[in-house]
Amino acid sequence: MVSEGARAGTGMVLAPASGARQFWRRLRAQRAALVAASVVALLVLVALAAPLLTALEGQNPTTYHPGLVDSARGGVPVGALGGMSGEHWLGVEPQTGRDLFARLVHGARVSLGVALAATLVQVAVGVVVGIAAGLGNRWVDQALSRFTDVVVALPLMVMSLALLAVVPGGFPRPVLVAGVIGLIGWGSVAKIVRAGTLTLKQLDHVAAARLSGWGSWHIARRELLPALAAPVITYAALLVPVNISAEAALSFLGAGVKPPTPSWGQMLTSANVWYQAAPQYLLLPAGLLFVTVLALTVLGDGVRRALDPRAASRLAVGTGRRKEARA
Amino acid sequence: MSLVEVTGLSVAFGSVRAVEDLSFRLEKGAALGLVGESGSGKSTVASALLGLHRDTGAVVDGTVRVAGVDVSSASERELRGLRGARAAMVFQDPLSSLDPYYAVGDQIAEVYRVHHPASRRAARARAVEVLDRVGIPDAGRRSRARPHEFSGGMRQRALIAMALACGPDLLVADEPTTALDVTVQAQILDLLHTLREETGMGLLLVTHDVGVAAENVDEVLVMRHGRAVEHGPVGSVLGSPAAAYTRALLKSVPRVDVPRPAALAGTAPSGSAGPAGPASGAAVLEATGLRRVFGRGAKAFTAVDDVSLEVRRGEALGVVGESGSGKTTLGRMLVGLLEPTAGLVRHEGVAVSGVRPDVQMIFQDPVSSLNPRRSVGESVADPLRARGERGPAVRARVAGLLERVGLDPAHHDRYPHEFSGGQRQRVGIARALAAGPRVLVCDEPVSALDVTTQAQVVELLDELRRELGLALVFIAHDLAVVRRVSDRLAVMRHGRVVEYGPADEIYESPSDPYTRQLLAAVPALDPDLAALRRAERREAATT
Amino acid sequence: MSVLHGFLGFTLRRTLGAVVTLLAISVIVYVVFYAAPGDVAQITCGPRCSPAQVRQVTEQLRLDDPLYVRYLHFLQGLFVGHDYSTGTSVEHCSAPCLGLSYQSDQQVTQLIWAKLPVTGSLALGAMVLWLLLGVGTGVLAAWRRGRLDERILTGVTLAGWATPVFVIGLLLMIVVCGQLELLPFPQYVPFTEDPEQWAWNLLLPWLSLALIEAAKYARLTRSAMLETLAEDHVRTFRAYGVGERRIVGRHALRGAVGPLIALNANDLGSLFGGAVLTESLFGLPGIGRELVHAVNVVDLPVVVGMVLLTGFFVVLANAVADVLFAVADRRTVLS
Repeated sequence: MVSEGARAGTGMVLAPASGARQFWRRLRAQRAALVAASVVALLVLVALAAPLLTALEGQNPTTYHPGLVDSARGGVPVGALGGMSGEHWLGVEPQTGRDLFARLVHGARVSLGVALAATLVQVAVGVVVGIAAGLGNRWVDQALSRFTDVVVALPLMVMSLALLAVVPGGFPRPVLVAGVIGLIGWGSVAKIVRAGTLTLKQLDHVAAARLSGWGSWHIARRELLPALAAPVITYAALLVPVNISAEAALSFLGAGVKPPTPSWGQMLTSANVWYQAAPQYLLLPAGLLFVTVLALTVLGDGVRRALDPRAASRLAVGTGRRKEARA
Repeated sequence: MSLVEVTGLSVAFGSVRAVEDLSFRLEKGAALGLVGESGSGKSTVASALLGLHRDTGAVVDGTVRVAGVDVSSASERELRGLRGARAAMVFQDPLSSLDPYYAVGDQIAEVYRVHHPASRRAARARAVEVLDRVGIPDAGRRSRARPHEFSGGMRQRALIAMALACGPDLLVADEPTTALDVTVQAQILDLLHTLREETGMGLLLVTHDVGVAAENVDEVLVMRHGRAVEHGPVGSVLGSPAAAYTRALLKSVPRVDVPRPAALAGTAPSGSAGPAGPASGAAVLEATGLRRVFGRGAKAFTAVDDVSLEVRRGEALGVVGESGSGKTTLGRMLVGLLEPTAGLVRHEGVAVSGVRPDVQMIFQDPVSSLNPRRSVGESVADPLRARGERGPAVRARVAGLLERVGLDPAHHDRYPHEFSGGQRQRVGIARALAAGPRVLVCDEPVSALDVTTQAQVVELLDELRRELGLALVFIAHDLAVVRRVSDRLAVMRHGRVVEYGPADEIYESPSDPYTRQLLAAVPALDPDLAALRRAERREAATT
Repeated sequence: MSVLHGFLGFTLRRTLGAVVTLLAISVIVYVVFYAAPGDVAQITCGPRCSPAQVRQVTEQLRLDDPLYVRYLHFLQGLFVGHDYSTGTSVEHCSAPCLGLSYQSDQQVTQLIWAKLPVTGSLALGAMVLWLLLGVGTGVLAAWRRGRLDERILTGVTLAGWATPVFVIGLLLMIVVCGQLELLPFPQYVPFTEDPEQWAWNLLLPWLSLALIEAAKYARLTRSAMLETLAEDHVRTFRAYGVGERRIVGRHALRGAVGPLIALNANDLGSLFGGAVLTESLFGLPGIGRELVHAVNVVDLPVVVGMVLLTGFFVVLANAVADVLFAVADRRTVLS
């Protein structure tokens, strides 16, 4: 796909030197990104502290409470508001009576963990393939770029659904989901990295490093990788929310994380049946998914702006339509 | 009433004061040149004339009246009526100044229809008319082409045609020829001159090139740091400048008609006595039959074609050529960054390939030639570390090198963005010296710099050549700069060397017609001489 | 080089590239699914198959042969078709033959063919909707940039972008069909039967699929237009008195066409993903729901067929987009 690479190339940004300190300063300057970062931090904290939080509540995500659901009415939680009580803070799951709060906080673990792991796999494979294609000779580049094209052409959702159907059991399901999403979704990272490598290769300071007598390995490590960090981090930050959605969708379809492991997407599978009796069973996982993906997306935008002030200021031109002070 | 009246103009972008308290007038039909180095605020003034700072966040003070319109208080509608119709602007980069997606004729017609209630058809006809007027051959057909199908000079002609479309009283030209080759520059400037004679429109010419101003305006206003330094008739300002800055500026401008000062002439280092004549000195670097082809099959393009030359110990070899002449490709093959498709590079008589420490390069772009993430000290230390040197000795060596190129060794740990263009170029030179070279290939080393900085960097390179016995290959498009440094000269065109020999001989009596054309196109600093040259060019064009 | 000649050459090269990519996809997919560890014949046939039936599957798919022979046999089916002998009778599967679904006792191609109109209706309608909504919102946002209404619009777009498709679908269905009872729960009615009912029943699936995609297009349109607005040639037209509305509507929008075409092609993959979710959610009998079913019962031939089909569409769309992109921006052809 000839122009695909070109398109990725025009979109990619090689930010000027920006130390970590500058990055934080620019990120902090954005109110929306700060709010998003706090939300993400809170979610991560909840995910990390999930066992602690459920211990505090005195529940766990997997114990059935048959007494708390009305089997005569198809499994509707007993009591008002879906069975909310001091013991079960957010009520219980219809049919099974499992504690909803415990399932939600443990679901955060699965959701964030799978998405982060998948992103790491995507970035790792993409960077290696992209740099190899960018630095390799014509044949290596051709072969790797074709392979990347093929991977990009396989739709993430369809392919992971199909793969998850045939992979052997026995592996922990979340690891499997993360691996499948990661191994199918690295194509665009590779394209960005290849385009960036090709651009960087042309720069004079890379030529100067060659003239100094360094070999390709040293040049890749010292001159290319640091410059590629900015676009890769930017892209990775936007991949995380996409992967969250992917995991949720797969679990929603019953192909992702399987019970008894809780996952937000999986909880929504049967939620539409219960929305009248236990609205929080629908609204809470849906709301959490929405907030998580939104916060991560806003944060990703903020990271891009902080890493690439040039593009950000380019986009800001004309947005601040302050009236010129007139004489 | 004057065509342009600027009184007490100040423009500030945030805390940066780009223009301060500037006043000038331009009468109908007259031509004023705004001359200054980068950062002098000259382009900001040009934009202010059309009210282009409105809604950008810039703070504009003072009054600007253009063709009777008070630009600062005019309504949006009045301002649009002024722009293009009564005052038109021509920009520096003709490629990016036109919409890549529409035909050139359509873009001109669009502008015409904004100001005239004409039919689509009539507007197109007008577009073809003005394109024809600015010398686009076969204007009817070419008007349907898009900007990228035009050459650089043609694009600038098209932009001038757009300016002409509504018959403005004032033409504001912001560095109109800076992106163009010198021969094309001469054609565009001649065109502007002719159009002004025919239409009687006023011209405000913004340029960094004193020579361009000398040829084309009646009055000049020299700017520095946003303020007017000197203002007066072009003859007197350039002939007998009153301000110290103007004098310094003029002194820095390289002159194509002045031979190289004897003090700078190439001498071989101790061993061979006397100035290095064409026959003296051994060749340190020799190219035979160099050829480089890019691409394959039908798209193959020969950038350098059968070039043979030699670089002698301690001499400076100038290589001049316009864009696309293959001079950069040649330079990269000489240092081993590019493998030749055919031909040989010999080093001290031995055929070599690949990079080697004793042939180093100085790059054109001071921004991309240094890694922005590493301190300048680390960059300079690079060749030393590549050789395996470690420890505190490296730092000491780097300090010495920084000092040698005129930088403060205490700036070892600063990053490139903290330096000016000229200083960065010095860092690049220090890095090249660290490798211990015998030959320095300089690829347009000063073309991105202001003239005063240019003069200093050229001076430094020449000093190093004499002191260290370095051989220099000085690649540039600017014939005047090359004359200042070169012992011998190679003139390139379309990948070939068309003339090769002692520099002064070529400059005084060029034998190749292309070299003659190049030299005739260089703007002269003396307005009378410039007028004479223009007349000669016109005659040459008509015969 | 004449422009036409350039285009023909480019189109030809691009088509060839697409064919190569497709072949590579078929190899990878075949290897991934048919060379996996485990008893492929048993998996393909289904858990209730007798050893005799498994034996028959092994013969029909040449599963005893080396991998490359099996693959070539599979490829042969795609291009010329197969005759499957079941011992007593011969079943002809004409090209493009994706094999037999032993579990549903149908040819995979026919199975897909029967479901395609549903998915096609869903995808096409949603695409029209999201292009209108997305590009319209993006243009509006670029024009009103920096003002309050634009900020609100951009905020809404961001929220749309962040919502998973099945969440929007769920909420729409519950609110519109369940609470407000404005529409019945969707049930697919073929277009040929009753166009009006077809549209009413697809309205919600279209909306839920389109809203999210529209957000994506709005974001892209806005940023591409803002980028164009910062370019030098826009400054030229401002300096020549051309009005803001015309600059945004003519010059800035034109700059967004290329990226939009590219996105549209790349999005076909995620469109399939969205279709899978929407169809499952609304119970539409399209290929998406069929895929989920096949995945749940591990009907290997159907799964492989679906993956190949979607890959085919994505590659095709990308090739078409590249050619369109070249038409929109002639510079790519010549470079």
